[in-house]
Parts: sequence; structure tokens; C-alpha cells
Amino acid sequence: MKTRINLYASLLSLAILTGCSSAPVYDNDTTDIDNAAVKTAQVGSADVEIVPVISDLATVFYFDFDKALLNAESRGALLEHAAILKGNSRAVRLEGHADERGTREYNIALGERRAAAAKEFLVLQGVAGDRIEVISFGEERAAAFGSDDEAWRLNRRVELK
Amino acid sequence: MRYFRQCFILMLATFFASSAYAELVIKVTEGNDQPTVIALAPFNLNGIKVNENITDIVAADLSRSGLFRLTPQRDMLAFPSQPSDVYFRDWRLLGAEYLVVGSLSVMPDRRFELEFSLLSINSQRIQFTHKVRSPASEMRDLAHAVSDKIYQAITGIRGAFATRLAYVSVIREGDDFTYRLQVADADGARESLMLESKQPIMSPTWAPSGVELAYVSFETGRPAIFRQNLLTAERQQLTSFKGLNGAPSWSPDGTKLAVVLSKDGNPEIYTLDLDSNKLVRLTRHFAIDTEPTWMPDGEHILFTSDRGGSPQIYKLKLSDKSVKRVTFKGNYNARPNIAPDGRTVAMVHRSSDLFHIAVLDLKTGRLLQLTETTLDESPSLAPNGAMLMYATKYDNKGILAAVSIDAGVKYNLPAKRGDVREPAWSPYLR
Repeated sequence: MKTRINLYASLLSLAILTGCSSAPVYDNDTTDIDNAAVKTAQVGSADVEIVPVISDLATVFYFDFDKALLNAESRGALLEHAAILKGNSRAVRLEGHADERGTREYNIALGERRAAAAKEFLVLQGVAGDRIEVISFGEERAAAFGSDDEAWRLNRRVELK
Repeated sequence: MRYFRQCFILMLATFFASSAYAELVIKVTEGNDQPTVIALAPFNLNGIKVNENITDIVAADLSRSGLFRLTPQRDMLAFPSQPSDVYFRDWRLLGAEYLVVGSLSVMPDRRFELEFSLLSINSQRIQFTHKVRSPASEMRDLAHAVSDKIYQAITGIRGAFATRLAYVSVIREGDDFTYRLQVADADGARESLMLESKQPIMSPTWAPSGVELAYVSFETGRPAIFRQNLLTAERQQLTSFKGLNGAPSWSPDGTKLAVVLSKDGNPEIYTLDLDSNKLVRLTRHFAIDTEPTWMPDGEHILFTSDRGGSPQIYKLKLSDKSVKRVTFKGNYNARPNIAPDGRTVAMVHRSSDLFHIAVLDLKTGRLLQLTETTLDESPSLAPNGAMLMYATKYDNKGILAAVSIDAGVKYNLPAKRGDVREPAWSPYLR
């Protein structure tokens, strides 16, 4: 292949040297293009069950930027949730979220870390871990829209469902 | 080289008339200050009916690169279509350094063939004559192949016009979200839909073959990694572990994915063998380890970790799983994307509380910030390493933007409707 290219290159320079601008100088390297149309796929059906909210206790817990520490207010509410959960057998879901700043996959991990912190708190209060599902949406499911401190504060959260 | 801001805006809206969803429109916001002047004589169509304006597509490609200035057609004294018709003097007076002439014909198998030549005006020489053939329906591919050839001949860098972008678009109507995985040409044209869902779609990434993507979909109610063929729409769910299933990155040989799973308690990086489904755990740390990207040598993986107290980029050696930190400047460096040279790493870099795109030279350690906007994320380098596409916010809307890796050339691809994000630049497709 290389020798071929060299051969054509020398033919090319020969043609150039002879100074003719009339005859086309082929590089003998035709580009052939095939049809490559994109097709659309269908998504599978979701088996998500929306679990109703447990009580009128706070069910959203807020966090600082790039942090997963529960504040005093959240711990107070989670204590009450733990007491209620110990009196029944229902399963709950903790959804972790992040604000839009920073990268998406890192934020998914951060949301999971926040939801896991809430789960750990409930488990320490005696709620069985296998009743608590943790899922993170990162920054994909904002609660507030806009790019300001207030929207970001509302989005750094864990929702108990 | 020195650059200054040149605010010439090209509205190429007519290119995108056929697309149905997010519809990307290109606006060039900054260009090279010493562009090469090139004249593109309108290609002679010889009366053939063509569904796209090939000359305009090539002109738009070359302009968008920021490295060329096109001689206006209205200044041209003649429209030659072959080298023998060219009066070099006319073009020299117009200040053109190069001239492209070409002519279209129909082949016996009904495909179209464009024969075109690049001429150097100063040396009065034909640089090359080349033929591009394509089905009549693929005139945009034909035009991009022409642009690639011209770009390479003049700059010495392989052109990346005949490539594609994958990205996620989101349209919100009240509480109702529609997520779409889209693929378009690198110029935003011919947008096609790969997948539509009411649940989030994330992290599209190209297979080295250029005909498959891996991505994360929440359609099952939880994150799961899928692969999907562009041409057949055939798709397969690859992971559905408890916890995170995210950040897929294809190995250079196409046989494995690096993925992030939190099934063992917290986010760790694994490789998934696509033939055997065998998982190999690579990281073992209580911190967040995520956003793996394979280095071109196939022997190292770059990833983001907050094991040092803030998100930073680390390099993992696959043979012994040893880890070395590579970013030290700033308290937030994440989502590495490496150039084909194995040396230039694009990333999200926080500076004074704002998120920008920066590139790090792994050899010299030099970090160069490329963008001044805020909330910039998801950098994805073109296969020739000359430009990268990223996501940012403009007027409270998610848009895609491109910047050259020396920061000299910039353009935006805002969507007409909804938000667009997470661009992934395809490999070379031919």
C-alpha cells in the first residue's frame, strides 16, 4: 500500500513538474459512501410503583453543596419516620438528588451518597435495611428550575417516598 | 498564535429544515484571526437534480472550523468547474490562496460522483483531484467527505466533518418530561431519534465502530446500561445491578465497557466484558469513583474520584490497578475525556466557583481553560483532537457549544426547542 501511495505521489509530482494545469491529476483514492440512516428503538415498560407519602411529616431533606451530611432538622424528621416505620411493615424509597453544578455522573453518585446517609440513619434507628430502597437521580430530576442559589438549595435533596 | 474575538455570526438555519425535534442551529462566535482564504466555485451540477446544496455545505464546514475565510461568490468573475478553466490571475486578485472547483455526474449505478480539485493560487498548481461517490440521497455525506479532503490537504490534520454527534435532548411541559437520545451530523443537520423515554437518559458514549452507542436509561425505574445499534435500532440491556449503573466507556478495541456500579456499597469502577459478561472490579475505595474513560493505549483508565477530599482526576493502570492522581490545580476537576494523542485531557474544571471546560497536557502538566461561560460540562473531543463539543447553559437553556483546543475558535449549536446536553462526538465513520 505504501509503495502504491509513493508511486502515485511521484506521478503526482511529475505531473506538477510538467506544469500542466489542464489534465486532472487523480490521487486514485476515491471515497465511496454508503447509506447509514439511523433507526429509532422503543423503550421497555417501567415497573415503577409510586408509593404514597407516609404522613405530613417532612419528606424532603436538604444538603450542602458536594456534601451528604444530614442537618439537625432532617435528623429530627427522620427520627419520627423511623418510629412510624417500626410500627408497620411498608417498604420505602429514598431518592437522592443533586443541583446542576458539577458533572452528571458525579452528581448521580453524590445523590446516592445522600440517600444512603438517610438510609443509614433509619437503619441505626432500627428500621430493617431491606425495607428501604435507595435510588439516585443526580441532577436529572430537578425540583426547582433556574440557575440560582435558591433553585440549587431546593435541588440538593433526598425525598422519602 | 494570537487570536482576537471576531463576532461573525452565521445563521445556517436553512440546513436544518427537515429535522423534527431539538433542531440544532450553528452560530460561530469566535474565529481564527489569520484564516486561510479559500474560494469555492459553485460545483457544476450539469443539470442533475440534487436535494442539497453541496457547495454551501462544504463552505459551512470550512467556515465553522474557524481556519478558513471563504471568498464571497458575488466577487467571483467566473465559476470554473475544472482546472483547465481556471485563470489563476483572477483568483489572485481576489486574495484567494486556494480554489476548489468541481463537477457532478451520475454513474451507471445511479450513484452520484463529484470530481473536484484543490488548486493553489500562488503556486498555480493542482494540489489534488479527487472523486467522491455516494447514493443520491446522501449528498450531505458527499459534501462532508469533500470538506475533509480539503481540510486535510491544507492543514495536514485529518478532517472530522463527516462525523456525528450523539446527545440527549429534554423537553419539559409542566411536570411532564420527554427525554430523547438523538444522533445528528457533526454540523447539527439530519437529526435522528434513537430513543424516546419519559424517564432520564444519560451518558451516551460511542463504540469505536461508530455504529453503536452505550448509554444509561431509567426506563425500568432504575438506572441501567444499554447498548444500541444505530442502523438496526437493536438494543440490549447490559446491567441492572442494585444501585448505580452508569458512566459507560468503550474500550479502544470495542470488547469491553468500563462502567460504574455501586452494588458493593459505593460507586466503584468495573470493566464488563461484552462477550462473556464477566465483571472485573478495578477500584476499591469508600470515596466516589466514577466517570471512567479509556486511554487510547487500552492499558489505562482515567476517572474522577473524591478520595482526596474533592473531585479530581486519577489514572488507573489496568495491569496492576495502581492509581495516580493527575490533576492538582483547583478543587473540582472531573469527567475526563482524552484526545486520540493520549496526551490531551479535556475536563470540567471549577475556577472561582464557576464550571468551565479545560484541557490538561499530561506531559507538561499545563492546564488551559477553554471556556468563559458557567455551568459548562460534558466535554467530548472530535476524533482529530482539534475541537471539542460541550454542554452549557445560555439564557437558561441547555445548549451545545464547540471550542478548538487552543481556545481560538468557538461556535454554538443551540436547540430551537428544549434543552440539549451530553454531546458525544463520534469516532471517524470511514
